[in-house]
Amino acid sequence: MSMIPVSDLRKGAKLEIDGMPYIVSDFDFCKPGKGQALYRCKLKNMINGSTMDRTWRSADRVETPNLSNREVHYSYAEGDFCVFSDSETYEEYHVPATVLGDQKYFLIENADCEILFYNDKPIEITLPIFIEKQITHTEPGVRGDTANNTLKPAKIDNGYEIMVPLFVNQGDWVKIDTRTGSYNERILNRK
Amino acid sequence: MKQPAANPDLDRLRAARPALEARQRMVRSIRRFFEEREFLEVETPLRIPAPAIEDYIDAEPAGGWFLRTSPELHMKRMLAAGYPRLFQLGPCFRQGECGVRHQPEFCMLEWYRADSGCDAILKDTVELVRDACRAVTGERFCHYAGHAVNVEAPWEELTVDAAFAAFAGRTPEEAMAAGEFEHDIVAKIEPRLGLERPCVLRNYPLPFGGLARRCPEHPDRAERWELYIGGLEIANAYSELTDPAEQARRFAESADIRRRDGRIVYPMDRNFMEALESGMPPSGGIALGVDRLLMTITGAASIAEVVAFPHETT
Repeated sequence: MSMIPVSDLRKGAKLEIDGMPYIVSDFDFCKPGKGQALYRCKLKNMINGSTMDRTWRSADRVETPNLSNREVHYSYAEGDFCVFSDSETYEEYHVPATVLGDQKYFLIENADCEILFYNDKPIEITLPIFIEKQITHTEPGVRGDTANNTLKPAKIDNGYEIMVPLFVNQGDWVKIDTRTGSYNERILNRK
Repeated sequence: MKQPAANPDLDRLRAARPALEARQRMVRSIRRFFEEREFLEVETPLRIPAPAIEDYIDAEPAGGWFLRTSPELHMKRMLAAGYPRLFQLGPCFRQGECGVRHQPEFCMLEWYRADSGCDAILKDTVELVRDACRAVTGERFCHYAGHAVNVEAPWEELTVDAAFAAFAGRTPEEAMAAGEFEHDIVAKIEPRLGLERPCVLRNYPLPFGGLARRCPEHPDRAERWELYIGGLEIANAYSELTDPAEQARRFAESADIRRRDGRIVYPMDRNFMEALESGMPPSGGIALGVDRLLMTITGAASIAEVVAFPHETT
C-alpha cells in the first residue's frame, strides 16, 4: 500500500478509503487568505458508483488503491458469470454479470476487452467502443415521416432495446456505442 | 488553399484577446488612480533572500534565494525610510497554489499609506474597484459564481465574529480549537460574502492576523480585513504591525508551525526588522489580486481565462 500527498490529487486520480477504491470526479484547491490550503474533492466509489465529498488539508496523505488492468477476450456466459480469457496467458476470469450491468448485452465472442482489478477482484470491464448488432425486431417506419431525428424502438438478438431512426429496418445491422448503449449508425454493406 | 495545422495553444491565445484588452484597461485605470493621489510607483526585487515567514505561504526556491511571495517587507522598509505613499504592480509566486482561483505566478497590486490605517485603505479600495469597473466594462456589476455584484452600492462590512455566528454557528475560537477555522471560512462563510454588493470581512483572530496590529479595543483581534466579491476573495488589508517585538514573536510562532510540519523556515529579514526598530510610521497597506479582480469584472469563471499564459500552458 502506498501513500500520496493530497497535493498530488487531480480530477481522475484514484485513491482508497476504508477498503474501497474511489476516483476523484471533481477537485477544488481552496486557500483562505493566510490560512492553510484545503483540497475539496468529490469522490465516486469505483465499485458501487456512490458519491461523497471529502476535504483534506495540504499536509494530509491518502492511500492509493491496488489497481491493475488485463487485456482479455470475451469467451462465454456461464450462469451469472461472464467468462473472459487473458489475451496473454489464456487464464480464465469469471466476472459476475452484475459488474457489467447493461454492458452484458454488448458482449461479442472474442471481442477485445479490458478488465480492471481492485486487489484481484474485477470491478470494471471496458468493451470495444463500437459493436455491430443485427436488429431482430422493429416496426416499419411510417411512410412520409422523414423528420431526421424521429426515433423508434428496436430490439437486438438478446432482447436489448435501443432507439433507432425510422429508416432502420428489421434485419439491418447497426453500430452501437457501448459507452452510452445507444445507436450510432446503420451498416449498409456488411460483409 | 491549405488549412493551417490545428494549434490549440494559438487558438487559446487568440480567444484570450478580449480578456487581455480588458486587463490593459484595468491596469491603466489603476495607474491613473495612484497618479491622481500622488503615490510613488516602485519596483522591489522579485528574487529575495528572506520571504516573510508566514504559516502557510510557501516560496519557490530560486538559486539559493526565493521568488517573492509578496513585496510587503521591501515596501515597508521604504515606509520606514519616509516615503508616504507607495504602490507596486507585479508578479508574486506561491508554491503549490494552483486551481480555478489560484495560479502559482500571479499579479499582485500592493499599496501603502504612512500615518494611516486600514480604514483609509478601504476608502481607496472602494474608489479603485469602482474606477476599474467603469474603465473595463462601463458597468456597475461584477460577476462571480452566478452572482451579479453592484460595486456602486454601499459596501457591506462584517466582523469575523459576526460571520461565524451567522454562517458557521460557532465562534472563531471554537472553530480554531477544532482545527476547522479555514474549513468554516472556505465552506460556510466565503460562499455567502459579497453576493449583491462587495463585502469586507474584518477583525480576524490574532493567529490569523498576519502582519496586522492588534485592535486597540479588542486585543485578541487584528486590524485585518479581506474584500469579497461574489464569494471570491479579492484583497487583504492591514493596519500594519510596526512593533518590532510583536513582529519578532509572530515570525517565531510561524517558524514553529513550519518547523513542526517539516517545511522550510526562511531566514529572518534583518533589514526589515531593523527598519521596524528604527521606527516605521503607523501605516495602512493592502495586497489585491489583480487577476481575481479582473475575473469578477469580466465575469470569468477561472483565473486561467484572464492571463495570457496560465500555469498549465507554460
